[in-house]
Amino acid sequence: MTMTEGTRSAGQQAAPFHAEPLGWAGFVSGPWQDGIDVRDFIQRNYTPYLGDAGFLAGATARTTGVWAKLSAMFPEEQRKGVYDVDATTPASITAHAPGYIDRPNEIIVGLQTDAPLKRAIMPFGGWRMVATSLETYGYPVSPELETIFTKYRKTHNDGVFDVYPPAVKRARHSHLITGLPDAYGRGRIIGDYRRVALYGVTALIAGKKRERVGLDMQPSTEEIIRAREENSEQIKALKELVQMAVSYGFDISRPAETATEAIQWLYFAYLGAVKEQNGAAMSFGRNTAFLDAYIERDLTAGILTEEAAQELIDDLVIKLRIVRFLRTPEYDELFSGDPTWVTESMGGIGLDGRALVTKTAFRFLQTLYNLGPAPEPNLTVLWSDALPAGFKRFCAQVSIDTSAIQYESDDLIRDAWGDDAAIACCVSPMRVGKQMQFFGARVNTVKALLYAINGGRDEITGEQIAPETVPLVGDVLDYDTVWNAYLGTLEWLAETYVDALNCIHYMHDKYAYERLEMALHDGDILRTMACGIAGLSVSADSLSAIKYATVRPVRDTTGLVTDYTIEGEYPAFGNDDDRVDSIAVLIVETFMGMIRKHPTYRNAVHTQSVLTITSNVVYGKKTGNTPDGRRAGAPFAPGANPMNGRDTHGMLISALSVAKIPYAEAQDGISLTNTVVPAGLGHTPEEQVTNLVGLIDAYTLSHGYHLNINVLNRETLEDAMEHPENYPQLTIRVSGYAVNFIRLTREQQLDVISRTFHGSV
Amino acid sequence: MLGMPSADFPSQECAVVALDAGTVAVSNVAVSDAALSDAAAPDQTAAHHAEMAAIRSGSVASLHSWELVTAVDGPGTRLTLFLSGCLLRCQYCHNPDTWKLRDGTVTDIEDILTRIRRYEGVFTATKGGVTVSGGEPLMQPAFVTRLFAELHGRGIHTTLDTSGYLGASASDKLLDNVDLVLLDVKSGLPDTYREVTGRELAPTIAFGDRLAERGIAVWVRFVLVPGLTDAVDNVEAVARIVARWPNVARVEVLPFHQMGEDKWNRLSIPYPLHGVTPPDAALQDRVRAQFLAHGLTVF
Repeated sequence: MTMTEGTRSAGQQAAPFHAEPLGWAGFVSGPWQDGIDVRDFIQRNYTPYLGDAGFLAGATARTTGVWAKLSAMFPEEQRKGVYDVDATTPASITAHAPGYIDRPNEIIVGLQTDAPLKRAIMPFGGWRMVATSLETYGYPVSPELETIFTKYRKTHNDGVFDVYPPAVKRARHSHLITGLPDAYGRGRIIGDYRRVALYGVTALIAGKKRERVGLDMQPSTEEIIRAREENSEQIKALKELVQMAVSYGFDISRPAETATEAIQWLYFAYLGAVKEQNGAAMSFGRNTAFLDAYIERDLTAGILTEEAAQELIDDLVIKLRIVRFLRTPEYDELFSGDPTWVTESMGGIGLDGRALVTKTAFRFLQTLYNLGPAPEPNLTVLWSDALPAGFKRFCAQVSIDTSAIQYESDDLIRDAWGDDAAIACCVSPMRVGKQMQFFGARVNTVKALLYAINGGRDEITGEQIAPETVPLVGDVLDYDTVWNAYLGTLEWLAETYVDALNCIHYMHDKYAYERLEMALHDGDILRTMACGIAGLSVSADSLSAIKYATVRPVRDTTGLVTDYTIEGEYPAFGNDDDRVDSIAVLIVETFMGMIRKHPTYRNAVHTQSVLTITSNVVYGKKTGNTPDGRRAGAPFAPGANPMNGRDTHGMLISALSVAKIPYAEAQDGISLTNTVVPAGLGHTPEEQVTNLVGLIDAYTLSHGYHLNINVLNRETLEDAMEHPENYPQLTIRVSGYAVNFIRLTREQQLDVISRTFHGSV
Repeated sequence: MLGMPSADFPSQECAVVALDAGTVAVSNVAVSDAALSDAAAPDQTAAHHAEMAAIRSGSVASLHSWELVTAVDGPGTRLTLFLSGCLLRCQYCHNPDTWKLRDGTVTDIEDILTRIRRYEGVFTATKGGVTVSGGEPLMQPAFVTRLFAELHGRGIHTTLDTSGYLGASASDKLLDNVDLVLLDVKSGLPDTYREVTGRELAPTIAFGDRLAERGIAVWVRFVLVPGLTDAVDNVEAVARIVARWPNVARVEVLPFHQMGEDKWNRLSIPYPLHGVTPPDAALQDRVRAQFLAHGLTVF
């Protein structure tokens, strides 16, 4: 198979193939054959499935055997923190020899290094992260590598700190802005890994070369020079990807010809990305309908059985479950449980009204039964009330049985980003292969409020962090005065924040460019600058308390407000009470508006998320007493959740308050996590499923964006804290992802348990 | 913010209105003014009289709290209104803070309807509706009558959660607009019933008979308290009563729990069931088997 050398300058156009590749036989033809257009392929070739889960196959002995072999290694990994590290080989797509779990029994092959659970070092993000991690886990730090990466080769981390202005350093130091990807990989970029299976790498390289022709026709401005260099890096990465596959005995230069090959090719593409990039979230995309077209073709041809199809998916998922990165304990404090966010998005409704639900979406969910529950891959259902009933019921059943899936509003995502968008990380939607984001972690809106009250001084250290303003005076806090001061602080914070992100992403592109992931994107893409806010419910409740109750500041001898007394009652966020919910909405809209005022690196579109991941605990720890009555050090609620125990009208009411946050002002996602006890959903399994489906429908129809559902007994979690050895696979959902409960820190475990358990929903 | 009943343990809060110690009017019972105003209330001001008149007319409710709940107080996701006021003093009541009518918040029916209208989409999506619970909702029958008529006019499913003791207060017009009754049968033996509630069993049976005649769907609920309601013959008596009502769709055996004790303590009311342990699985199985033996659907 060859491609003609095109002369068109259009970015992502691939030239037509001379002859139809073998891999395309039997597929419905269309524009996808004339240029790279995976969505068009899916739309013409997938088979919606409207039935129930009755067709699914269980685990074969082979699957169970491979998984058992891996599972036996997990306790040691859990005990040591890492199972093993290759401490001397800086990672790249081809740096490591092939690795296997159980070679004769693996159907889909490929590991990040030459052995399962052995982690690689990825120094281009920053040397200190590598060195600290190695020291933490007792591995020698190679002096030679240290010299290379501290003396000869600059890293992303070095670059960022060369250019940070003082305000950013202060805000970072005081934990007003936290979790910035300035010392680790930003992640949240989803390569369109399907392209490798559908087109083969040769065609993709040809497409990139054509993009280059277009770039060469333009004058060499800074922007064009950068684009040419990136294009050149992308092509190199694609060539290395072919080599890597060859080392496993596969020729992925051509299109995949069978379902087995399609899954293998897809996985190789993803594997290349996670071999090289330690991104905070390395998400997988939206692959089920795509793969289903191949599986259906093979089933129809009689060369595949349902059992074999399930085995393929099971084997793929086994691989996705053991993606590992070497990270520091500080990193783990922010994002605990060793998450990789191998997010796979499934379901949803197409623009033509057909459900994008296929049997392969069921097969992915079935892995939670065949292999037992697990946090990765981060299975994400794009939910619409228009989804087929059989799929909805199966999702609800899986949630009740495993707590391992999350839901996002397909309607909101489709309206904004079309029907081939996938979630990166927890809640960040993007068009696959056509859009990426500059991940920006988040700012602490609560601390900002305290700074507003204290004239820009930190409420714990007393240090002047924000520009000096007149501290608020008087015995009682006045809402309008506080709000106006807050606006001032937020304006400064928005400016400082976008400043920080511009520095970070400039340097990330320069020193730790995701060449393979970007090779699997179009040449011209949409970039978003994904800002974020934490502590929304505490900020809203604090302002509500100031407005509706009487809040008196308590000052220390230096005049610093360190505590508050509250007389009277105030409406709390999470009760569908517009008096306070409107304050939460106002904070989101106001800050988004302020963010938008500041130019972004590469003209990225400004967005923000209301998401904390597990950092709600750390944020709380670093934040003093607040006017809502929360004590210093107490955790914030996760994501956009109302504060624990203040939502007193039931889970759905609590969710409906969150649903008022307008998606248009938080396009990077709004996260909500809820935990219910199984009996709270109904008496019979049938009733529980029906009620959970109804709840998710009700939430998404009310414009709710994201919902993590845990169906768990409190006693189970308490027992798991005491006897972790009995719960190796206990999976719970926290803000936007799933974790092994026993891998959380004790502090986080307690936070999860104390969080509102909705006995009834 | 108000404390509120934990709706995950339904029905323990339900109680019966006794009009007069020892005498019980089984038919044509009307809630007396004395009952409505909790008799002992000292503030007989004009404003208070006006409020009471409004409650009698049903234009307002004395509301303890509300909640949007699923799978507890009827099918689907429901807005449950907990009305204040109950003259019964069940030993296992877990919401003693709903006993006094005057402790509720006087709330206009229009405000309540406005709140309900917010959730019509939820009711549709979940096949849910509105449940009126308490306290004893039939202490405010005019309100319930008006509310349910309004809701039926909008096609919203209605559920009444009651002990049935004040069933005679429920007019035919009220019952015309009830889709489902959650009927507490707290005991099957009159003596045990009296021990549990301080009042008589007969009105509940009469109300159940009336619901059966009208063919209104009923879910019966029975709170299982070791040492109080768990005797074999008491359970048997409940089952016999219930089995003669063909309109009973299910019987829910609710294991007693100690979640209510805090509230008794906070209200400084001596708690009679201190130290009683919830029924174990074996006891629950035995009791459910007794209902099953009568051909009932049991949860």
